[in-house]
Amino acid sequence: MTLDDFDRRLIMATQSGLPLVSRPYEAVAAMLGVSGDMVRERLAALLANGLIRRIGAVPNHYRLGYVANGMTVWDVDDAQVDRLGAKVGALPGVSHCYRRPRHMPRWPYNLFAMLHGRSREDVEDQRAAVRALLGDACRADDVLYSSAILKKTGLRLREG
Amino acid sequence: MSEKLDTVDARLIERLHGNLPLSDRPFAEVGAELGLGEDEVLERLRRLLSQGVLTRFGPLYQIERAGGRFVLAALEVPPARFDAVAAQVNALPEVAHNYRREHSLNMWFVVAAESAERAEAVLEQIAALTGLRVYAFPKEREYFVELRLPVTGWRGGGA
Repeated sequence: MTLDDFDRRLIMATQSGLPLVSRPYEAVAAMLGVSGDMVRERLAALLANGLIRRIGAVPNHYRLGYVANGMTVWDVDDAQVDRLGAKVGALPGVSHCYRRPRHMPRWPYNLFAMLHGRSREDVEDQRAAVRALLGDACRADDVLYSSAILKKTGLRLREG
Repeated sequence: MSEKLDTVDARLIERLHGNLPLSDRPFAEVGAELGLGEDEVLERLRRLLSQGVLTRFGPLYQIERAGGRFVLAALEVPPARFDAVAAQVNALPEVAHNYRREHSLNMWFVVAAESAERAEAVLEQIAALTGLRVYAFPKEREYFVELRLPVTGWRGGGA
């Protein structure tokens, strides 16, 4: 789909958050000079076609006690990575799982799986489960723990 | 990190990890499900945002459905320059997230842009601003995305 002018204005008005007031959609509508019904209908359409993943809370997982955050990376046989990637993504504790390009020779890893735990021991247990699942299809792996969130704002469309 | 998250906060966060209703008074509706008044829901959300327990409340846009791109990228930043480079990178509005990680590639960020061309231009801008090589890791295939961790059972603590 392509964004029309109203979609762009709707995104600009809501990308940093909904107003925390009794009638948030009416408040957005007032900013845009349209009806609350129009805002709700358009948001429903964008949810239905996937341009909006969900409308809700974005937690800082560190503040919820998930202080160990490990980006695990795996060098998986190209012929098997899609089949195995789907299985890794289904494991508990995996929040994101993608295939990405290698940068040889420095970076041989093509499968990325983000793991979260209340301690590094938790994450290492999950990592062992991923390793067991990948078996011989995996030639090498690493884990990159995060030590600071430097920025977390999400999408910001520019004006114009 | 001394603020307390009570069980009501935890239930509210879990509920609002799902969708906010598209009704006239959605916070009243969510409150009714949880046995809370509309005002209490709003007050708790404001507090959780101001405490940084929530980073945002609203629609999560998946801009790739409209031709946009999210591109993960990494830099090897000399430690002495780390804060200065973080400031340069974070100043760009297209940088949606940025994390320090324990690796020689020590800065990992996501560029969110309206088009592949714009994302590419931002990565080139970062290379020019910092003088560092930018390692781009555009996603080739998505197997799973859903950051939904259990909140109940939270017992405090933190990094």
